Amino acid sequence: MMSLHEALEILAQHRGQRIVIATMSAAGIWPSLSDKPLDFIYVPSAMGQGPSLAHGLALAQPERGVIIVNGDGCTLMNLGCLVTLAQHPANVYLLIIDNGLYEVTGGQPTPGAGRTDFAGLARAAGIGRVYSYDKVEAWRVGAAEALTGPGPVVVWLKVQGRLGQQTPKPPRPMAEQIQRLRQALGTE
Amino acid sequence: MFDGPSVVAALEDCGVTHVVWIPDSDIGRWEPALRTATRLQLLRVCREGEAIALAAGLHLGGKRPLVLIQCTGLFEAGDSLRNIVHDLHLPLFFVIGVRSYYAYQRGASTDSCPVFTEPILRAWQLPYVLLDNRHSAADLAAAYRQAQAKNQAFAVLLAE
Repeated sequence: MMSLHEALEILAQHRGQRIVIATMSAAGIWPSLSDKPLDFIYVPSAMGQGPSLAHGLALAQPERGVIIVNGDGCTLMNLGCLVTLAQHPANVYLLIIDNGLYEVTGGQPTPGAGRTDFAGLARAAGIGRVYSYDKVEAWRVGAAEALTGPGPVVVWLKVQGRLGQQTPKPPRPMAEQIQRLRQALGTE
Repeated sequence: MFDGPSVVAALEDCGVTHVVWIPDSDIGRWEPALRTATRLQLLRVCREGEAIALAAGLHLGGKRPLVLIQCTGLFEAGDSLRNIVHDLHLPLFFVIGVRSYYAYQRGASTDSCPVFTEPILRAWQLPYVLLDNRHSAADLAAAYRQAQAKNQAFAVLLAE
């Protein structure tokens, strides 16, 4: 199984010019890998709503593409977003970081940990392009294909859980993040 | 009175680009007009918290969305509303149907929706106006334009 850091390093190599929204555990690591105006650390967030925020952005900016790095717990809180993504296709690349834990609250197991088939849920919702990786080499090889071409795409990444993590903090105030993003998108 | 064609025409004139919605039995009658609108897009979502976040993404991306839901969904969507309106400070516009409003007023319903809708909005510090059958789509449009001019989040409650 790969570490979260390894998974995100590979993402950083393949994100291109797309917006990257990072939530929860990934939000604590992503700024060390990329801190551009198109990187949006969604902290503080609404629980489970990262994919929906990304979906709206992708519909508004259809040529841009939006990568959303979401947790397994977050995804479980808003499974309907998969159906909505299929209903209104957009260039959204939803990475589900599955560590089986609510990592930022101290590492309590998520419901269905180790049993929930996120790829199956995505396919059943109507998402056509679904990928699963649980080894770093497989993700390294597969990332280019998974993150290329039209969305929506769901990538299920099984990563090692970490205990003793702190709630991530954003690298800058939300207002500043939004201003940077809007400047980069030309939507100010 | 509100009907689908007049509401859609008013929203299009306001420059609304997307209506993100989950219908109820009243606003659901607007569906044909929303579905066939040419200057705005109807987005069907699964849950009201999702509607707010999706609208937030549209707004960040330069569009002018409107969230159209029932009060029951508002109750579910508190965390999303709190985050988008108060953490991200996005001036989203909401139209929220208040189930059983008229029946409750005349003592013909014990539905708790009318009891809690306005206190909930006040608790979430979301300014609002209540429109009833004395109002029209023009009043809805006026509320939208006023909120946009102030760059503030705002809700119109529709008595049902």
